[in-house]
Amino acid sequence: MPFLKAANLSHRFEDDFGRLVLNQIDLSVPEGAFVALVGTSGIGKSTLLQILGGLIPPTEGRITLNDRPLSQTHYSIGIVFQRDNLFPWRTVRENVALPLELQQVAAGEIQQRVAEMLALVGLRESADFYPAQLSGGMAQRVALARALIHRPDLLLLDEPFGALDALTREKMGQELLRIWQARPTTVVMVTHSIPEAVFLADEVLVMNGTNGRKDYPATISHHIPIGIPRPRAFAIQTDPEFLNCVARVREALSN
Amino acid sequence: MQPFRSSSSLFTTLLSAVVLIIGWYLLVWLVELQAFLLPLPHDVLFEMWVMISDGRLPRHTLYTLGEVVIGLAVGVMVALPLAYLLAKSPLAERLISPYLIASQAVPVVAIAPLLTIWIRSVFWSRVMVAVLVVFFPILINAIAGLRSVPSEFYALLGTLRASRWQTFRKLEFPAALPVIISGLKIGATLSVIGALVGEFVRPRSEGLGFLLLTARAQFKTDGVFAILIVLAAMSLMMYGLIAILERRWLKWQTISN
Repeated sequence: MPFLKAANLSHRFEDDFGRLVLNQIDLSVPEGAFVALVGTSGIGKSTLLQILGGLIPPTEGRITLNDRPLSQTHYSIGIVFQRDNLFPWRTVRENVALPLELQQVAAGEIQQRVAEMLALVGLRESADFYPAQLSGGMAQRVALARALIHRPDLLLLDEPFGALDALTREKMGQELLRIWQARPTTVVMVTHSIPEAVFLADEVLVMNGTNGRKDYPATISHHIPIGIPRPRAFAIQTDPEFLNCVARVREALSN
Repeated sequence: MQPFRSSSSLFTTLLSAVVLIIGWYLLVWLVELQAFLLPLPHDVLFEMWVMISDGRLPRHTLYTLGEVVIGLAVGVMVALPLAYLLAKSPLAERLISPYLIASQAVPVVAIAPLLTIWIRSVFWSRVMVAVLVVFFPILINAIAGLRSVPSEFYALLGTLRASRWQTFRKLEFPAALPVIISGLKIGATLSVIGALVGEFVRPRSEGLGFLLLTARAQFKTDGVFAILIVLAAMSLMMYGLIAILERRWLKWQTISN
């Protein structure tokens, strides 16, 4: 049964040109699934993600969580951006605690849950550091911990590893899988790395231009299921099945 | 800002002070300046001691300090809520900001006599002058601070469904605080100027400005210098107080740099 559904979603930028960026997008994500959204940069992946998170109201169409409109649900959302967006005046511990503070969870419980989460993402030793003292990879771990601490029903990842170097990025991909298996939730992730998308996701959604154009308005042109069994080790990236999936996504993108 | 980073820089500071005082003596002796033009440092210290022991200096200092502190406090209390309103509401900004800018175009020294007409109390008319001087830099800084909050921070709080009050408390206030505090630092020293302008416009019976004008009228230049030293110390103290608050509240900034 689909958990997150978008039907007939279109979006027009409210700038002077009023151009249509998203054109009749349909998608449905089953509960607990990991879906990756790929496409060339500037095609509207982030805009789509922000619409799914309720940050931007779409010009047309509707989004439902378990058949109820997004604005009327009590479902919680976690989000990670390309930049860590940690509050520089808060320590790692305090940054991770933020969603719980907003939900007015009792102080003792906050302390305990934050400690567990920091242990899960491997940051127990850095709890009292300020964001400026962290490396890029560590900062994104904190951002991930903050996005998961309130046990969100939907986790949105907007190119979370886009600003990291290649090695750190590969490692963070594996870390994400490990953490997601410990804290299962429905995930929609925007990325421009095809191998990353195939490695992480149950399904890869490919965005392409419509009406014979390469850029906008964009829609989801291909839904490519990734049947590789879980848990997935890093080594599967050389398996024929993995490479086959990568090739299919690449082909869908170049169409 | 840390004035004395190490003992060696403390030494250079002391050395420059000694050189300055020696130069002062030399100037007076070599040019044969008369005491009412430039008194000798020890005469200034002696006069200061006289004014302290007869109670004049402490009494007037406390009075002026009261004007300065209350002027700063009132200025902050008016400027911060107004800054939030102006930063958040484009309508309010269009309505109010032309008058705010116009009010700054008129020199405060010129408005001060008006205030003495409108406000009967000697003390409060001077406080109001201080408020006027202090208000604008704090307002401008607070607006700049509130506007500097990155939009992705708002997006984050949006997905977490933070209320307006939570957004203010957890995001906007701490994000704007460094800029607000640098506004406070400017305001703290300006407040002393404001109170003094108020006292000059209304030199009645109390305050260091009144004491200064009295000393000048009596050609007691050593007294004038003694009061100047107290005023300088007061400005530095106000600035230092805000700097201490800054170090307390913004520990993350020193660590981050």
